[in-house]
Amino acid sequence: MIELRNIHKAFGKKEILRGMNLSVPKGESMVIIGGSGSGKSVTLKCILGLIAQDKGEIFIEGKNAQDATDRDAFLARFGMLFQGGALFDSMSVWQNVAFRLLRGTEKKTPLEAREIAIEKLRRVGLSPDVADQYPAELSGGMQKRVGLARAIAADPEIIFFDEPTTGLDPIMAGVINTLIREIVVEMGATSIAITHDMTSVRAISDKVAMLYDGEIKWTGAVGDMDTADDPYLQQFITGAPDGPITTA
Amino acid sequence: MIAALATLGQSTLGLLAAIGRVCLFAFSVVTHMLRPPFYIREFSQALLNIGFFSLPVVGLTALFTGGALALQIYAGGARFNAEAVVPSIVSIGMVRELGPVLSGLMVAGRVSASIAAELASMKVTEQIDALVTLSSNPLKYLAVPRVLAATLTLPILVAVGDSIGIFGGYLVGVNSLDFNAAGYLKNTVTFLELWDVTSGLIKGAVFGFILSIMGCYHGMNSGRGAQGVGRATINAVVSSSILILAANYLLTSLFFTS
Repeated sequence: MIELRNIHKAFGKKEILRGMNLSVPKGESMVIIGGSGSGKSVTLKCILGLIAQDKGEIFIEGKNAQDATDRDAFLARFGMLFQGGALFDSMSVWQNVAFRLLRGTEKKTPLEAREIAIEKLRRVGLSPDVADQYPAELSGGMQKRVGLARAIAADPEIIFFDEPTTGLDPIMAGVINTLIREIVVEMGATSIAITHDMTSVRAISDKVAMLYDGEIKWTGAVGDMDTADDPYLQQFITGAPDGPITTA
Repeated sequence: MIAALATLGQSTLGLLAAIGRVCLFAFSVVTHMLRPPFYIREFSQALLNIGFFSLPVVGLTALFTGGALALQIYAGGARFNAEAVVPSIVSIGMVRELGPVLSGLMVAGRVSASIAAELASMKVTEQIDALVTLSSNPLKYLAVPRVLAATLTLPILVAVGDSIGIFGGYLVGVNSLDFNAAGYLKNTVTFLELWDVTSGLIKGAVFGFILSIMGCYHGMNSGRGAQGVGRATINAVVSSSILILAANYLLTSLFFTS
């Protein structure tokens, strides 16, 4: 269970999150939707401790994330797929995937780590030949898949997806959505994805949360999304230029 | 008047805050150097990139500087019949001053810029955030190996630069200024003291620390986008060059004034 209570975050005078509350039960796939700059990425970064919230508390399985004394153990529970992949240019694909496995307390031998990396690459539909290539040699879709393989390499309990289909063609986006759904279900992981791609929302989520003006305006099951009477959600789904969401 | 004072005050505060941030960053890097885990592979890679690949630029700079120095000292010395001091002045000038400063500045241009650009690109593409999510401390993984490698290799580069610079002076002295080869070498060695050499090597280590810290600091704190990467690179080179020259003055006064 991931629980965010009254999270506030401002950058200078600009308030991004203004008392955000959200609960994601264990094993559930939550998608946070919202416009650009609405604070979706900031939310994920606050949970991971990449940036500190100004106010509010984040609980992971009932424990306050700020009280985590062993940062490595805390972060080992998470996997994250970054928007642009965030693969390390100087390392080969398998070294990227096995990055966590080659370091830390549960370090594996390079041979074992490579085997796991190849297995994870296979899981995301990439052949073992890709293992020795460098990220710059791969297409955007392949880089996303490598990023996904890296996110799941250490079998995390919680997986975050930051705009998983941005920059991909519709077919590749569909492939990534299917992979995400399959992997999350298969691993029984709790996941939070952030996106503005409604196809992605329908494909990967159990529940949806609509973030606007620093607060969750609506949350509910993905099946209830279209019939919900929340004006913010409806404007976002339909992409109507007029409504409570301003674009200025 | 009040507005001008306010602007001055604001700029001063901004400058002091920036100095504070750099000092905290440097302190943090040093403390991480002493605590495991140690990334041997990244350190070896940094040694190669910073030390080995800087050899040509340092060597060529030193060679030409040594040659030019011999010509200048000969021309200047001729005004009061002191042409014979060329070997000793070239060697002392190289090992105490020109070797460390020129090596520092050349490596600052090459390495500090490259570190800043690399780390800033990593920041822009979220690779630094990815490192954190993969349970690796970016300071320890990215900054410590580079700072340690630069601090250790700069004295070696300075030593190589000193030798090549003295050799450049020797070539010019023997081939253009009609010095006797054996006499030139004898004068070079006779007047050179151990402290002349070691003071230059200490300077090298300090300059290596400065240029790598500035590269890492500006890279890891860069702004967003291509402009952020460009600005980080410029700031790294400019600040490390100025700090190297300032540190050189301070170290020279510390070492050579009684």
